[in-house]
This record gives sequence, structure tokens and C-alpha cells, in this order.
Amino acid sequence: MSQPFAKLPAWADYGLLPLINLVVAFFVAGLVVLLVGENPIDAAVLMVKGAFGSGDGVGYTLYYATNFIFTGLCVAVAFHCGLFNIGGEGQAYIGGLGVAFIGLSLGDTLPWWVVFPLAIVASGIAGALWALIPAWLQARRGSHVVITTIMFNFIAASIMVYIVVQILKPMNIQSPETRVFGAGGQLPSLGWLLNSVGLNMRSAPLNLSFLISLVAAFLVWVLIWRTKLGYEIRTMGFSPKAARYAGISELRIIIITMMISGALAGMMALNPIMGAQHRLQLDFVAGAGFVGIAVALMGRSHPVGIVLAAILFGMLYQGGAEIAFDMPNISRDMIVIIQGLVILFAGALEHMFRPTLQRIFFGFSRKKNETAAPVTAGGNQ
Amino acid sequence: MDSFVAILQLFDSTIRLSAPLLLACLAGLYSERAGIFDIGLEGKMLAGAFAAGAVATWYGSASLALIAAIAISVALGLVHGFASITHRGNQIVSGVAINFIAAGTTVILGQAWFHQGGRTPSLPNTARFNAINLPGAETLREVPIIGPIYFELISGHSILVYLAFLLVPFTWWVLYRTRFGLRLRAVGENPAAVDTAGISVPWLRYRAVICCGILCGIAGAYLATAQGAGFVKDMTAGKGYIALAALIFAKWRPVQAMYACLLFGFLDALGIRLQGQSLPLIGEVPVQLMQALPYILTIVLLAGFIGKAIPPKAGGVAYVKER
Repeated sequence: MSQPFAKLPAWADYGLLPLINLVVAFFVAGLVVLLVGENPIDAAVLMVKGAFGSGDGVGYTLYYATNFIFTGLCVAVAFHCGLFNIGGEGQAYIGGLGVAFIGLSLGDTLPWWVVFPLAIVASGIAGALWALIPAWLQARRGSHVVITTIMFNFIAASIMVYIVVQILKPMNIQSPETRVFGAGGQLPSLGWLLNSVGLNMRSAPLNLSFLISLVAAFLVWVLIWRTKLGYEIRTMGFSPKAARYAGISELRIIIITMMISGALAGMMALNPIMGAQHRLQLDFVAGAGFVGIAVALMGRSHPVGIVLAAILFGMLYQGGAEIAFDMPNISRDMIVIIQGLVILFAGALEHMFRPTLQRIFFGFSRKKNETAAPVTAGGNQ
Repeated sequence: MDSFVAILQLFDSTIRLSAPLLLACLAGLYSERAGIFDIGLEGKMLAGAFAAGAVATWYGSASLALIAAIAISVALGLVHGFASITHRGNQIVSGVAINFIAAGTTVILGQAWFHQGGRTPSLPNTARFNAINLPGAETLREVPIIGPIYFELISGHSILVYLAFLLVPFTWWVLYRTRFGLRLRAVGENPAAVDTAGISVPWLRYRAVICCGILCGIAGAYLATAQGAGFVKDMTAGKGYIALAALIFAKWRPVQAMYACLLFGFLDALGIRLQGQSLPLIGEVPVQLMQALPYILTIVLLAGFIGKAIPPKAGGVAYVKER
């Protein structure tokens, strides 16, 4: 569709439109809440209270947000190249193996500030390698990266079950998890950060990887908008044909982009494994890879938007857990619905409200021109 | 003789396990042949299964359950169509959204309505699609070789299983021998040509999405009222994605889709059979390997070792009339 209407101003494109999409998504989610016989407004109040009403609420909200910042960045980097990486879940899983490898082998002997950089590298490499084969298949064989990354999610899940249950699980533990890492494999808590603003975090697991996720968001911004590689990635995403004419290697860009994307997903594993549980548990990803899709769409693939959207979803996660106490009919699965609705309205139906909005803005700008025209005419006389 | 019966039972469970795959795979075939990629098979099946489980619980009727499953699945298909045909949204994003909406809603509603941790109450046999004994199965049973094959393998499935396998020649006929099928294939390859011939591209694609919804609904009803007795949380367990893999495996052709689904169903049956057993020479095969095998096979296929799978040319691309 050619654009017959005025281009939207940036604040409408990046602020108003996502907001409208979000409001519609929450409205439909509210209908589901009504359907199970609860009051949606009460639910929303409970949710916000649960997420921001106390120190540990904030701690948990930001802890979940850390996961979603990483996976959101993972999806966004691929989006910029025109690729849809659904494999964040699997890449995070395999990233967890990298973290566990470092945590188990070095955590007993070295201090955390030596172990942590190594764990970042290991998780990144593990995640990147897991994205390599789908990337190669897309670049060389033209097989759709969506299909292959879905398959790789399932393969990763099977591999994880096998490795954790058969190899890493100590004999004396029943549940599928590794032993607890030594002191070096445990990240310091960020309780002091919340204390400095007068909040007591208590047992909430917010930890250093939150700051690392913010650094990652900044680095992604630098990469995409301030480097030659980022320019090439965006060119490829905007028009593969133009990229080819410009002499950009499709194979190289797709593989590099997917590996960066996979590395970001892999680093998500740092937060739950090194930061909170201090051991590798089987289901530590818990859908965060998929939430990343909603976060990236919501944040319009911009790091600032992603951090905000991640905090929003962190709030939904934490608040959702709190609601379940007062409204037993609403469990955390409510988040899955909201996630799906956000993906639907902010992603698949993003064009639904745009023409209307453009028409409204076009109407405004034309009126402004009409009132402006006589003035200039008057000036000529 | 014992091993003969064991093998027959293995094939028997292969047929049971492939039926939902086959239904979902044919559903995807209609949609993708018309140029609408559908990642949302999983979600539609899941929603269908829940609707079937809920309606069968309330009204005790399997056929009402089937209708409810089809209705909800078609509704979700229309959402997919609304996003990807009318609003030209990204088809993959839309499919992913439908999967999440179905996964969340079934659990929330299931818990709120039935209070059994997201499952629906166990159904009595009167509210299910039961096994049908084909005529003469009992009398022929004593005949060597043919008798057991007829009794174990061919007879004694629910009507939805027979429906699934009958849909294979039917789909072939629709696709290759009817005007609708010709147009359906054309709209997936070159929608501009279809448009030039004066046929509405959106309406054709909407019909394809509806066909897809109907079949996914049947697959869901099969899971909840034939294979199982009621809905269980996340009961599709990736079957929609395996069906998608089978579709690629079959290179978007109906008869080959049946073979691919039988293969994946067989792997599933074999995996259940071999659980905890030790094989000569190989030793114990990890269950996880058997579970991952369909996906690994598909990746190997996509890597081009078994031949190249070429999707419909206009697949995933929204049609824009004015260009």
C-alpha cells in the first residue's frame, strides 16, 4: 500500500501507536477476566500494587524484566535484518549450559568478578552457536529461519533434559537440576540499589545481570545505529536487493546477525542461573524467549522501547503472581494471553490503526496549511 | 506369532498417533497452498481440543463437541485471516500470537470453569468418539495373517481416524481435480494472475483459512474426545509444529503428507514402546532422542540432504492489488 497520508510524527509512531495497540490488547484481556467472573479493574489495581507496591515487588519486577530485556534484544536484532528469530527459547536454554559449565567448573575456586565475565562469554558463545545452523540454513539453503528455529527449540529442550537428568544431576537430588554453584558462581544482589531509593528488596532476586542487560541494550543501540555493520544489517532488513547491489554479503550478514541474536538470548541465562537460583534448573527459561517477541514488537525494536516494554512485562509477571493469591481464577497463564494479544495487536495487526491515525494527522496538517496560507498571501500584498 | 502381534500393535498405535498429525498437516496444506503460512496450527488444535472437552462435559455429546471444536478453530483461523489477508500483517507473527492466546485462554478458562488445574473432567464413553469395529472383524480374527491385520490394524479405530485418512484422497481430488483447487494452488503461486482472471484473491484465501480451521478443529476434537477422554493442559504438546514439519517433509503434497505423518507417528509410537528398554547392539535409546527425531529429520531435510523443499512461491506475502 502506497502511503496516501501524511507521515506520522515520531512521537505518534513510537509512542501513540504502541499505546493504542497496548490499550486494545488489555481491553481484550479484560474481557477474558470478565469471562472467568472477576473484575478487570480490580485485577489491574492488584497487579500494579503487586508489582510496584513494595520493595520486593519492585525487585522481582526488575528481575523478570532483566530476562525480557535480553530476549527482547535478541528478537529485535534479528528483526532489523528482516529475520524472525523464534528460537530465543532454545538459544537461552543452550546459553544456560554455557553458564552452568563455567559455574560448576570455576565457581568453587575463583571469585565472582573473574567467573562472571567468563560466564557472559560462555553463555553468549553457546547461544550464538545454537543460532548458527538455522542462520546457515537460511542464508545458504533459503529454508525459513522461523521453521528451523522452532525445530531447534524442541531439539534444545530434548538435549537439555538428557544432559541435566543423565549427566549433570547429582545422585542425591530428585528434581532435575545441577548442584548449587560455589560462591564464585553467585552474582551479588542489587539490594543496595533499591536501598538507595528507600526500598527494602528482602529476598527478591534482582542482581548484577540487570545492569549488564542495560549495558547490552546500549551496545545494541550503538551496533544498529552507529556502526557500519549495523548499517549493513538494516540495509539487508529494509531491502535485500539493495544490500546485494551495494555489495553486502548476504551470507555474512545473516550469520553474524543471527549469532549476535543468539548470543543475547544465551546471556539471558545469566540472570536466573548465576543471579537467582545459583544452579541450572531444567525449566529456567520459562517462556522468556517467547515473551521477547512481544517485547520487541511492543518496543518497536528500539533498545529504549525494549527496556520499557520489558519492565511492563516484568510487571505483568510479578503482578500476575500476586493476583493469583486474591483471585484464584487468574493464574500466571493470564500473562500468556496478554502476551499473545500484544503480539497480535502490536505485531500482526499493526496496520489496523495506522491508516486511521494517519488520516487524522493528515486532517490536522491540512487545516494548519489552510490557515497558514492566507497569512502568507496577505504578506505578499 | 507374539512378535507379529507386537508389531501389529506398534503399527496400530502408529495410526492412532498419526491421525491428529495428518489432520493438522492437511489443514496447513490448504492454507499454505493458498499462500498463507500458518504457524498457528498448534493453537487452533489446542483451542479446538478445549472446546470439545468443555462441550462434551456440559452436553455429553461427541458430535456437539466436534462442532464446537470446529467453530472455535475456524474463528481463530478468521482472526489469522483478518490480520494477514485484510490487514496484510505478518503471517508468522499472527500465527505465533494465536498460539499464545490459545495456550493461555484454555488454561485460564479451564481452571475457572472446571477447577481441575486446567483440565476438563474425564469424559464417559457416551460423550466420546469410540472405537468402531468394522463388519466381520471378530469372525475374520481367526484367519491367519490377514485376520489379525484386519482386526488389530484396520478395524477398531474411532470414526475420526477413518475420516483423517479418507481426507487424503479427498484433498488430492480437491486440489488437483476441481476448479477451486486449481485456483487455490494458483493463488499461492501467483496471486496477480488469479486477480487478473477476475477472481477475488482475499475471498479465495479466506476460504483456504476456513478449510484450515475446520481440519484443525477436527484434530483438536480427536485429541480430547477420541484419543483422550477430556482436555488436558497443553495437550497438543508440539503436534502442530510436527505437522508443519511433516508438511515441509511432504513438500506441500497430500499423499506424501500422509506418509510423513505416518513416519512421525511411527517414531512417536516406537519411542513410547522403547521407553526404558534396552536394544541389542545399541543399548538403551534415550527417550529424548526419539522425541527430537522428527525435528532433526526435518532439519536434515531442510539442509538439502533428502532433496529440496520449495514452498509455494507467494507464501507469506500479502497480496497488494494496486501494484
